[in-house]
Amino acid sequence: MADTTFQADGLSQVQDSYARLIRTRRMWNAAMLALFIALLMAGFMTADARNAGGFWDGVTHVFDFPAEVIGEAWEKSHLLPGHFLKYFPSLIETINIAAAATLVGVIAGTVLSLLSTRGLARWPSLVGVFRRISDILRAIPEIVIALVLIFVLGAGPVPAMIAIALHTAGAIGKLYSEVNENASLKPVEGLASVGANWTQRMLLGIVPQVAPNYLSYALLRFEINIRASAILGFVGAGGIGYDLKNAMSWGQGKFDEAGAIFILLFAAIVLFDQLSSYARHRLTTGARP
Amino acid sequence: MSDAAILTETRGLFRRKRLIAAALPAIVLAYLIYIFFAFGVPDMIRTADTKNARILVSDSYSHKVHVTRDNRDGSVDVAIEGERKGRYPAGAAPAWVTLGDMTEIDLEDGHLITFGPELITYDIPGYGRITAQPGNRGVNAELPPGDVPDWINASKNRLSITTGAGRLTITRNRSEVFRYFNGWELFFFTLDSPFHGLGPGEVLSRAMAGDAAAIWRDFWTNKMWRHSDVAWAIFETILMAFLGTVGAAIIALPLAFLAARNFTPLGAARFAARRLFDFLRGVDGLIWTVVLSRAFGPGPMTGALAILLTDSGTFGKIFSEALENVDDRQIEGIRSTGARPLQRYRFGVIPQVTPILLSQILYYLESNVRSATIIGAITGGGIGLLLTQAIITQKDWEEVSYYIVLIILMVMLMDTLSGWLRRRLIHGKPA
Repeated sequence: MADTTFQADGLSQVQDSYARLIRTRRMWNAAMLALFIALLMAGFMTADARNAGGFWDGVTHVFDFPAEVIGEAWEKSHLLPGHFLKYFPSLIETINIAAAATLVGVIAGTVLSLLSTRGLARWPSLVGVFRRISDILRAIPEIVIALVLIFVLGAGPVPAMIAIALHTAGAIGKLYSEVNENASLKPVEGLASVGANWTQRMLLGIVPQVAPNYLSYALLRFEINIRASAILGFVGAGGIGYDLKNAMSWGQGKFDEAGAIFILLFAAIVLFDQLSSYARHRLTTGARP
Repeated sequence: MSDAAILTETRGLFRRKRLIAAALPAIVLAYLIYIFFAFGVPDMIRTADTKNARILVSDSYSHKVHVTRDNRDGSVDVAIEGERKGRYPAGAAPAWVTLGDMTEIDLEDGHLITFGPELITYDIPGYGRITAQPGNRGVNAELPPGDVPDWINASKNRLSITTGAGRLTITRNRSEVFRYFNGWELFFFTLDSPFHGLGPGEVLSRAMAGDAAAIWRDFWTNKMWRHSDVAWAIFETILMAFLGTVGAAIIALPLAFLAARNFTPLGAARFAARRLFDFLRGVDGLIWTVVLSRAFGPGPMTGALAILLTDSGTFGKIFSEALENVDDRQIEGIRSTGARPLQRYRFGVIPQVTPILLSQILYYLESNVRSATIIGAITGGGIGLLLTQAIITQKDWEEVSYYIVLIILMVMLMDTLSGWLRRRLIHGKPA
C-alpha cells in the first residue's frame, strides 16, 4: 500500500515539474521570439533610414520601372528579334565564363578535396592546410578577386572566370571531401596492393564511386556560376551583365534593349536550371523523372 | 553464351570504356583551348600591365611619404601618401626631413637630397651628385659624366630618378621626393591627433589617465581610414543578408505549404505557387537588384529586398520539398487526439521540418553575406560600395587590402557563427 501512495505522490511531482518545465520553456521561447522580432524590426528601420529612398515611398513605385521596360519593349516588339541577335554573343560569353570557371574550379576543387579527406590524402599531415585553403577560397567573394584582376589584367572575361573558378574550387573542395568521406576504401586498398600510385588509386578507386555525386554537385555549381557571371559582368567583367549596365544607362526611351537583355538572361537561367535539374535527377535516381 | 562470345563482348565493352575515358578529357581540353582564344587570352597577356600589379602589391603593405617643394615660391610640404588628410602641420616634419632654408632629406644608406633656395641636389652613393635648377626654362639637370643609367629619366622639362632608397621627380613647377615605408601609416591616429606616434603602452597609460574617450574618438573618426564608416558598412552588409534571408523565409513558409502536394490537394494553387517560385528564382538577384534600385534608390534596403525576392523562390522550392517528405504517421497521431488542422500543422509538421528549414536558412544567411557584398557594389551600400570606391581611385590599395581582409574575416565569422547555431539549434549540442 505504501508503495502506491508513494507512486501517486511521485506522479504528481513529476507532473508538476513537467508543467513547470514546459512553462519556463514556453516563456523562453516567447522571449526569444519577441527579441527576434524586435531585432528584425530594428534592422528594417535601420536599413530603411539608411536607404536613399524610403521603403514606403518605393514600394508603390516597384512596378514603375518593370512597366516602363515592358511597355517600351512591347511598343518596339518588332525590334526585339534584332536585339536578341545583337546580345546573343554576350549571353554566350556569360555562359562561357560560367562553364570554363566551373570546369577549372571543379578540377582544382576535386584535387583539393582528395588532398583534404582523411584516409585519402596524399600527405596526411597536410589535411588541415588544404582544408583551410578551401575555406579561404570559399570565403572570398568573387567580386573582390574580379575587381583586383580587372585592374591588373584589364577589363574582360578572364578576371571574372578566374574569380569564379577560385570560389568554385573552394566550395567544391568542401562538398566533394564530404562525398569522399563516404566512399569505400576497399578499392583503394586493392589498388595499393598491386602497386598503384596515388593518382591511379584516386582515379580508379575513388572517382568511379563518387562520380554521380561529383557530377550532380558540379551541375548545381554551374547553375550558381551562370548567375555569378552575369552579376560580375555588371561590375565590368564583360558578358551580358556589362551590356545590361550600358543599356540601363541609356535611360528612358531606350529600355527596349534592356528588356531584351532581361528576357535573354531570364530564359538562359531557366533553361540551364531545368536542364541541370533534369540531369541531376537522372544521376541521383538513375532513372528518367 | 560461349566463352568466345563473352570474350568479344567484354573486349567491345572495354573498347567503349577506353574511348569514353579518352574522349572526356579530350573534350574538356578542346573546350578550354576554345575558351583560351575566345576570351582573347594571348592579347590579354600581351597588354597586361605588370606595373599595375607591382603598384598593387607594394602599395598594399607599404606607404610612401611625399616631400614636395613648390618650385615657384620654394615652400616645402610633407604629406603621407600626398593626401591633404595626411599632411604634416606647417613647420613640422618627420625626423629624416630637416626643414629650413636648405631642406635636407635623408633617405638613408648615404642617399641625401637637398632642396636649396635655387639648387636641388641628390647625392647617390656609387654614382655621384645630381643637381638641378628648375625654372621657367626647364629643370636644367646636371648629371655626372658618362652614360645615363636606365633608372634616371631626364629630359628638358622633367627629371625622374628612382633608386632603392626612394624617388625624386622634378618638373618646372614641382620637386617631389617619395620615400617608401612598410606598414599602414596613420591606421590608428592621424597627424592632427595628440596620440599620433605614441606606442601602445603610452596610449594605454594615457587611457588609464582619463583620455580613453578622446583616444577612442580620435581613432573612430580617423579621416584616413574612416573606421566608423567601415564598421557601419560591414554592419550594413550583414544587415542586408539578415533581413533578406529571414524575410524570404517568412514569406516562403506559407507559400511552401501551398506548393506541397500533401498539403494542397488543389492542383491549380500548387501550380501557381511553384511557378511563382520558379519566376522569383529565374529572374535572378542581378535583375531584382537593378529593378529595385530604380524604386528604392541606393542603400541597404534595396539590397535586402533583392536578396529577399530571389531567396523567397529558392526557399519556397526547398521548403515545399521538405514538406512533401514529412512523415504522415506523426500527423495521424496528432489527428487521432482530435486536433484541428492548424494544430496538426503546429505539432505534427513543424517539429519535423524545423531542423531542415533552420539549417537551410543558416546556410543561406552565410552565403548571402557574400552576395550582399556584391549586391552592395551594384546598389551602393555596405562594404561592397567602399571596396569598389577604393578600387576605382586606383591608388588607395592599402585600403583595398584592408577591406578585403575585413570581408574575408566577416564571411568566416558568419560561417563559424552559423555552424555554431546549426549545431546548437538542430543537434541540441551545447556548442
